[in-house]
Amino acid sequence: MTEHPEEHAEWGEPEASGQARVAAPVTPADAADAARLVAFGLQPKLQPSRDQEYAELLRRYREDPPFARLADAVATGLGLVVLEVSPRAGMAVTAAEDSVFAVRMGDYARRTAADSTDRFLHGLAHLSVAALAFPRPEDLADDGYIGRVSVNGVDAFVRQACRKLEEQAEEHGENTDPATDAPGLEAAWRIWARRSSTGATKDTRRLASSTTGIVGKAVAFLTDSGFLQRTGDDGGGTYRTTARYQLQVRDMAGTAAMAELLDLGVVPVTDGTATLAPPMDEDAGELVADAGLPFHS
Amino acid sequence: MTSPATTDSAPPQLSAGPRPAPGPAADEGLARRLRALACTAPLHDLDVRKANLAGEYSTYGMAEVALSAIDLVTLNMDFDTGADHEQIVARLLPRIAAQAPQRPAAEHERVARWVLENLINVGSVDRGFRAVYGTFATDGSYVRRDYDFKLIEEVPGYGGSVYLRTTDEAVNVLVGALDTDVTSAQIAAEVKLEVLISRGRLADAQLAAEQARYRTVQYSETLRKALDATRRNVRAVDWLEAVPDMIAEALDHVADRYRHENAILTNIRKARDESEDPEQKRRAAELVDIVKDCIRRHTQLQSRLLEAGPLFRAEQDRQAFATPSARAGLDLYGQLVAPLLPLPVESAIKVTDAFFARGTGLRTPVSVRVGDLVDILLTPPQEREHLGIEMPEPDLIATPDDSRFSEQQLAGAKELLDLPPDAPRRLSGLLAEARGRDAELPYLVALLAVHAASPAVGTAYRQGEEKLLFAVDDGTELDDPEFGGADLIVGTALLDAAGMAADRTEAA
Repeated sequence: MTEHPEEHAEWGEPEASGQARVAAPVTPADAADAARLVAFGLQPKLQPSRDQEYAELLRRYREDPPFARLADAVATGLGLVVLEVSPRAGMAVTAAEDSVFAVRMGDYARRTAADSTDRFLHGLAHLSVAALAFPRPEDLADDGYIGRVSVNGVDAFVRQACRKLEEQAEEHGENTDPATDAPGLEAAWRIWARRSSTGATKDTRRLASSTTGIVGKAVAFLTDSGFLQRTGDDGGGTYRTTARYQLQVRDMAGTAAMAELLDLGVVPVTDGTATLAPPMDEDAGELVADAGLPFHS
Repeated sequence: MTSPATTDSAPPQLSAGPRPAPGPAADEGLARRLRALACTAPLHDLDVRKANLAGEYSTYGMAEVALSAIDLVTLNMDFDTGADHEQIVARLLPRIAAQAPQRPAAEHERVARWVLENLINVGSVDRGFRAVYGTFATDGSYVRRDYDFKLIEEVPGYGGSVYLRTTDEAVNVLVGALDTDVTSAQIAAEVKLEVLISRGRLADAQLAAEQARYRTVQYSETLRKALDATRRNVRAVDWLEAVPDMIAEALDHVADRYRHENAILTNIRKARDESEDPEQKRRAAELVDIVKDCIRRHTQLQSRLLEAGPLFRAEQDRQAFATPSARAGLDLYGQLVAPLLPLPVESAIKVTDAFFARGTGLRTPVSVRVGDLVDILLTPPQEREHLGIEMPEPDLIATPDDSRFSEQQLAGAKELLDLPPDAPRRLSGLLAEARGRDAELPYLVALLAVHAASPAVGTAYRQGEEKLLFAVDDGTELDDPEFGGADLIVGTALLDAAGMAADRTEAA
């Protein structure tokens, strides 16, 4: 691999004659470099600033359009989606649907295959971590923003939202207890609210089925994905976000979940500006852009 | 607009006659009572299930132990954390031991743990209870519903520890006061207490005082939840009316109770001191403790109440006045989490699944070669070393000797400076002599002499040295080709080592 950078340097010289470059046939060495860059992208915890070869390939991607197209093609062929290629995020790729790289819920947590309640809790944990990491819409849009979350903070934040809904239901005199023969109609917040937040175990580990256990699993998994970095042990473990996580949430997960929610006919279509759905119905109308800041302590 | 309204309301009136059930309004009260009843079921269940335990446990009153466990947890709940599991077990033991004094202590502890674990319901996924009850829906159909509740819940404490808290359901079951207003119930309890004391019925007075304490705990719990929520999201709590009203009310309440309880305390103390009956005396003493605890809790509540305002303002500053950005994107909470939570779980799961599928990133699949697999499968499991891995032999590197003077030179200089105590010498003479032996030696001698100008007397004294090198400047200038300064008089002072040792032992 070491001989390739010299090669680039050689035929990187006549950069001005772009026409000739485009016409030049793709050499196996180019393909190898493009694949190498994608391979770097598949190691999400690797930082471009720590690896000279990675940084060099990133520079080439940005300065050499045919090479960029080649790398994109390699990624697409492998079943990857390129989110961003930049010095801060590196070659940020993620798995396309049905790709071999995709994470499946059944592999993530075994219980979820049989128990839809657990599947929901794990999904909600991931959504809540993102919501707390990027509390305001600006935070998700701002490339320089670094979010901070703690495991107990996420749990408390969801519980607070659930409590609010419970109070509302009580005010309206609704009976939220679900019908016994139709558990699927139970309100989603009740699932989280009735699961215990922690529990004593034989060893000192967190109870896996408790909500802090579920959130803890989510942040640990996201840390392995290069999306979070552990910063401390307070509040059940504190984490900060990486550029990749912001991209992933903004460009992939957020939009996909929104589309699904719109399919259910839940969210009124906004005009794309900062008019945001208020967190609670009764507050509607008086709220500004950063409504419902779910800050944690 | 009135006429269409009247015609609209007519059909329901006509059809209202042959209803199959009293209707949802009447049913609501029934549902509430059914839920209240369900909360007691786990306690009855304990006594039923104790027969299934291996061993003879019928002598124990499990419901009694359970109720007292709930009592203990409630009373030990602090403002921030909850009650410690082990502490509750330890405090339950005397009661259990009293129920079956002839049984071994290990069995008592087992009973305590069994009851506590069953109140948490450790075996279930949610660590809670579920009861099924039926109601008539608005359309007259009969619906069976699940009621989920907890009696004792586990909450995360500082440093990953787990604490116990009693839930509102448990407190309500315990004090038997469903749907009662906290404040009015407290006043009633206080009045009752005063009356009871004035009549000298201390047993009842103790009960009333304990009830008052549960109320106080419940009150601080409400405040704690509101403050916690404020820290996360100022807007989630109504700081315009509800909370300020609550705080003002609670502050009045604390001031009021404080006066009240101090008066009670004086009364009981009098009763305690004047009473002849030892039983009465003991009861009164217990009551003093309870009321003191009440006062302590009120004080704690009051300090929290006073902190609430500044906390709100600080959070408001932090949360609401954060600099807004020109760009706006997806509001994860407002547009996803908040609309998602009220949905039925079967719809909500589609959204969370979509988020999970796209939000978790990628995993590189692990592929195994058959050759490796065989090796992996045939490798015997690694023995866990009890002592950990062997320490590697440290690889020591000899550091180069870069000293200015050699050991030999130091010995030479020391020898030169080993002066008889009665014959001090001039530095110039010493230097000249040193120069005769070694070209480098004068530097070392000069250094040692200058060092001796401020001798470490204290150190020598502590270490019990017998003699000490000293140098004195008498104003004579040094005449030397290499050095300048004062021509010091260098000498040796003898120290009284034995006397110093005696002094030290005396001082010690």
